[in-house]
Amino acid sequence: MRYKVKAYVTLKKGILDIQGTTIEKALNALGFNEVSGMHIGKYMEFSAEGKNKEIVEKRISQMAKKLLANPVIEDFNFTMHQLGDK
Amino acid sequence: MRFGIVRFPGSNCDEDCFWAAGGVLKKDAVYLWHQDKDLKNSNCIILPGGFSYGDYLRVAAVAKTSPIMQSIMKFAAKGGMVLGICNGFQVLCEAGLLPGAFLKNTNQQFICRDVFVKVININTPFTSRCKGDNILKIPIAHGEGRFYADKNTLNKMYKKSQVILKYCSPEGIVNEDSNPNGSVDNIAGICNLKKNVFGLMPHPERCCEEILGSSDGIFIFNSILDYLRGQK
Repeated sequence: MRYKVKAYVTLKKGILDIQGTTIEKALNALGFNEVSGMHIGKYMEFSAEGKNKEIVEKRISQMAKKLLANPVIEDFNFTMHQLGDK
Repeated sequence: MRFGIVRFPGSNCDEDCFWAAGGVLKKDAVYLWHQDKDLKNSNCIILPGGFSYGDYLRVAAVAKTSPIMQSIMKFAAKGGMVLGICNGFQVLCEAGLLPGAFLKNTNQQFICRDVFVKVININTPFTSRCKGDNILKIPIAHGEGRFYADKNTLNKMYKKSQVILKYCSPEGIVNEDSNPNGSVDNIAGICNLKKNVFGLMPHPERCCEEILGSSDGIFIFNSILDYLRGQK
């Protein structure tokens, strides 16, 4: 089975997101004062193969732990759909 | 006595480390290429500063996957000395050899200037020569030097005397004003439980000679030499 994975990495809650604060202030400066709570993260897209959904999900969690996110400071979230799905 | 200086693609302080070890200390120094596994019988490994692997994905994320890091992790597990400077410190944290992680400097700027650090623990192979007032003047040059560890981790680190350096004023006062990057508790350098792995954000290799504005870096290198001599 082939899956398309869409993942995003964000700083853990409680950690000062200085990029988020800066971008929010920049938007405010442009007149978009309705914006608050900005956080900047990373987006990743990749395909993964495996016997079934559960195995692929488990492997992706391992990838996240070992490389894709730093568990000390980041959270990793993802969605996946089987390629060939409508 | 041999220093092995690692070169990752993007490392840029390797030559300064080579000079400090080979030119100033006049000890044997060799380069260790990231793709190699051979540590060339080095007694102390140095992970230099720079932007290894272009900071791709996140700072120091990729370095731990290199062949040389696999050898270094085994070397460290057996008690071998490893010194991580700036990006090297970040690599050690990513590789799990040291606790904590790094974030962007609070002021969103790359900071390149001299700072003062207080040596909190002189009972390590890397700081034994730092006596007297224990204040060192060493330059920093980093954009992501904000050290972070959660409360539990910090408590464990303090309990085991793993906090080694803290940013301070020239008089040795550790406070927010003397913290250049927002590091938790002004932490500038730490070691592992066994005290054989030391990471620091400032660059001691850039201040081993007075002509460079400070020679305080030599205290760290001489501490390493003392320890290695004692090992023989």
